[in-house]
Amino acid sequence: MASDITCSESLTARAPEKALDASVLDIDCAAETALISARLVEIVGRVLRRRGVVVAVSGGIDSSVCAALAARALGRERVLALLLPEHDSSKDSTRLGRLVAEHLGLDYRVEDIGPALEAIGCYRWRDEAMRRVFPAYGAGWRSKIVIAGAQGGLTYFKLVVQSPSGETREERMGAQEYFQVVAATNFKQRLRKTLEYFHADRLNYAVTGTPNRLEYDQGFFVKNGDGSADVKPIAHLYKTQVYALARHLGLPAEICSARPTTDTYSLPQGQDEFYFGLPYDKMDLALWALNHELSAEALAGAIGVTPAQAERAYADIRSKRRATTYLHLAPQLVAPL
Amino acid sequence: MEAIKPQIAQEAIKAQVRQYISANFLMGANVAELRDDDSFMGQNVIDSAGVLELIAYLEQIYGIEVDEDEMIPDNLDSLNGIGHYLQRKLNSARA
Repeated sequence: MASDITCSESLTARAPEKALDASVLDIDCAAETALISARLVEIVGRVLRRRGVVVAVSGGIDSSVCAALAARALGRERVLALLLPEHDSSKDSTRLGRLVAEHLGLDYRVEDIGPALEAIGCYRWRDEAMRRVFPAYGAGWRSKIVIAGAQGGLTYFKLVVQSPSGETREERMGAQEYFQVVAATNFKQRLRKTLEYFHADRLNYAVTGTPNRLEYDQGFFVKNGDGSADVKPIAHLYKTQVYALARHLGLPAEICSARPTTDTYSLPQGQDEFYFGLPYDKMDLALWALNHELSAEALAGAIGVTPAQAERAYADIRSKRRATTYLHLAPQLVAPL
Repeated sequence: MEAIKPQIAQEAIKAQVRQYISANFLMGANVAELRDDDSFMGQNVIDSAGVLELIAYLEQIYGIEVDEDEMIPDNLDSLNGIGHYLQRKLNSARA
């Protein structure tokens, strides 16, 4: 469910006056929109020297807000929306992507990347690894990966499968199986980015990356996949603030209330199940509190957990930052130029 | 058959795991400075993906299955922790 956070009079997040609460994430949406629009014009035109932008629209809140901001900044005729479904995409993704593109009056294309993913071996490699965990896994089965043990224990992953008859089973994944499933599914984000750059090159446009601050900070992206872009307009905004901007920009209510999902696996999978461990509104506050050096006690009261649990949330944020540092790094040179 | 002395078994386990960490995570670099009670994650020796590899290694080499409730830092985030954990695990398997 979307947050109740709304736009306020302040442009930047405020320091807490008393106890920490969700109001620290209030932003002045009109001012924020103006700021991002001005920067987009400058970056696309002057820094990147491109004539517009490509935005891959998933039907989720982040890409929808990026498309709306780009249309407002550059003009809708300078934005190409791409809808790139594959075999495991929810039917809702394409429907909602169309809804956003048509709502904004954007030129858009729907390109099914399923056949290309088949040809490159995405599903075959993935299913082969899944059969090592569940030998019966095959056609008609659905699956997802969920995070486990994040609070207090060491993080590991479970494979959840549903048979054609509807029976659900789960099993801890070994290292090799987990790495192979993730590597195979990463084809999806990387192939999408290949298509985004094809259209960007064809039109002399730039490619938009759509992470919010939580995703960017915590490395929730595929290197050279959705992590690759020329400009990332909302990487400084907490997810809660992205929802506020969506309402300010007048995006359809169905978009503004959508639950964040990965839309990568065939079973429905929330982002909190796969990566973050806490719902986004609590993760936002935890990240904000850590960035502002607040104690675990202060965070605990704000998100309704014990101080020990809040301390573990801090530890998890720091751990993910360390583990995903390499995702942000450019290729390393062994000698200075 | 005579029981293995606990202290000797733990030292052997720690030496073997230390060698694995050097070879697998540090490309053969010397890990002499890694103390037995150092946190692997705290020292940036192993990250969360590395933990999965470490568990797979322990399961394969020692013929055990690490249970979900055993996946805690006390058991797996230091050489001492692994030494204690494996010895308990192996002893309970023999019993």
